[in-house]
Amino acid sequence: MQQTYQNKSFTGQERILELPLKKAFSIALQSIRVRFWRSMVTAAGILLGIAFLATILIRARMDAAGIAQGLLPKPDPEAMAAATSRNTWLVAMSLIVVTVGIANSMLMSVTERFKEIGTMKCLGALDAFVRRLFMLEAGFLGVIASSLGWLVGTLIMVIAGGFSKGWPVVGAVGIMGYLETFVWCVVIGTVLTLAATFFPAQKAASMPPVMALRSEI
Amino acid sequence: MATSSEYIVRTKDLVKIYTMGSTELRALNGVSVDIKRGEYLSLMGPSGSGKSTLFNAIGGLDKPDEGSVFINEVDIAQLDAAELAYLRCRQIGYIFQTFNLIPVMTALENVTLPMIFAGVPSDEGVERGMKLLDTVGLGHRYHHKPTELSGGQQQRVAIARSLANDPAIILADEPTGNLDQRTGTEIIDLLRKMNEDHGVTIISATHDPKMLSVSDRVVHIRDGIVERIDLREDLDITIGGIEEHH
Ligand SMILES: Nc1ncnc2c1ncn2[C@@H]1O[C@H](COP(=O)(O)OP(=O)(O)O)[C@@H](O)[C@H]1O
Ligand SMILES: [Mg+2]
Repeated sequence: MQQTYQNKSFTGQERILELPLKKAFSIALQSIRVRFWRSMVTAAGILLGIAFLATILIRARMDAAGIAQGLLPKPDPEAMAAATSRNTWLVAMSLIVVTVGIANSMLMSVTERFKEIGTMKCLGALDAFVRRLFMLEAGFLGVIASSLGWLVGTLIMVIAGGFSKGWPVVGAVGIMGYLETFVWCVVIGTVLTLAATFFPAQKAASMPPVMALRSEI
Repeated sequence: MATSSEYIVRTKDLVKIYTMGSTELRALNGVSVDIKRGEYLSLMGPSGSGKSTLFNAIGGLDKPDEGSVFINEVDIAQLDAAELAYLRCRQIGYIFQTFNLIPVMTALENVTLPMIFAGVPSDEGVERGMKLLDTVGLGHRYHHKPTELSGGQQQRVAIARSLANDPAIILADEPTGNLDQRTGTEIIDLLRKMNEDHGVTIISATHDPKMLSVSDRVVHIRDGIVERIDLREDLDITIGGIEEHH
């Protein structure tokens, strides 16, 4: 008897694992849509951090392109090295702030949904499904927020750079130059969002159903 | 998996201990109940008597410290995570005091969610979900979110959801606890109807004697121990007795 039961459950397990990817996708999207403002708060953290990153990346490119094309005076090597290390430090700081901000937001979003997670587990969701829901949601948020962050940062830097360094310098970066910073921003923003979500998602997914159900929030 | 056994759920000497600091609380202290296939069983006991703890143990939501739960003669302690998920998905429907619908989903989406976990194709799921919502009298509210429904309506959706994968057992923990008397009675009657129409075994915890009338048997629990078991016949007498006092 146990044997038949387990055989049957084995096929069940395969189906549970394979089928709902598309569904997980739509549930994650829906969850962002319905919790729009909460999602926007999370997204705002990512957006600001990535906007900051974009301004620094683009300013560095403007300087490089401007100097290469003779639009800006060549600074002495010492000042240039100092600027580079300052930029690196700023970028690192901004990324740390973004990561902590996202981890915090995702932890909150997971915590306020303990009961929902517990319920889903009662309905037969596997840990993998719950984890996937949160990771997908984070992925969507990461891509959207980093794209917007890049746009904001770029607009700010283009305007600021246009006035302080001159409009030819803004043009000197070139479409490819801007596109490259876009790719960097989206990749970094999304990867950081996923990394910051992984542990809260793991925690939520592996929680026993009773614990998840008991939490009253 | 044709099981000839008369009992769909058996618990044997269940013990659940909560330790808080140095004090030990035996929330279940050797509970053995045999639950017949197709019966409507009520767990009756005051608040804190161990009903929810027993509910969680039977439903595979929590592990007892001692003793075993057998569902269809399978000891659920032997199941791995995926098999437990399968059990929760196909064999057991859960109903909670607080309804526990997924807030971002419509009534229909809530009802079809367990079907997604069971791998039912989505058009088939929608068709079955609509049928179930019709059965609980909410077919016309299928696109409403839980917040747009009353407590009684939410619990009806939860009942439809619990039946999604045609389970053998429905576990209900104080299903009427958050409802007024009249709505509570409607929910209990609906559960009884599902029990009669679908042959699903119902195990329902309550602390309200008024919710016992539909039961085939009532298991009285106190301080983690089965105090006594009433059969339907005994019940009719006591209920009749209560009504005479009015
Ligand atoms: N997580 C827990 N930690 C400590 N004690 C608990 C916990 N859950 C339940 N209890 C205790 O176990 C006893 C039985 O609780 P419960 O099964 O919820 O009762 P009922 O559902 O009948 O009201 C109660 O005394 C309760 O305080
Ligand atoms: Mg309880």
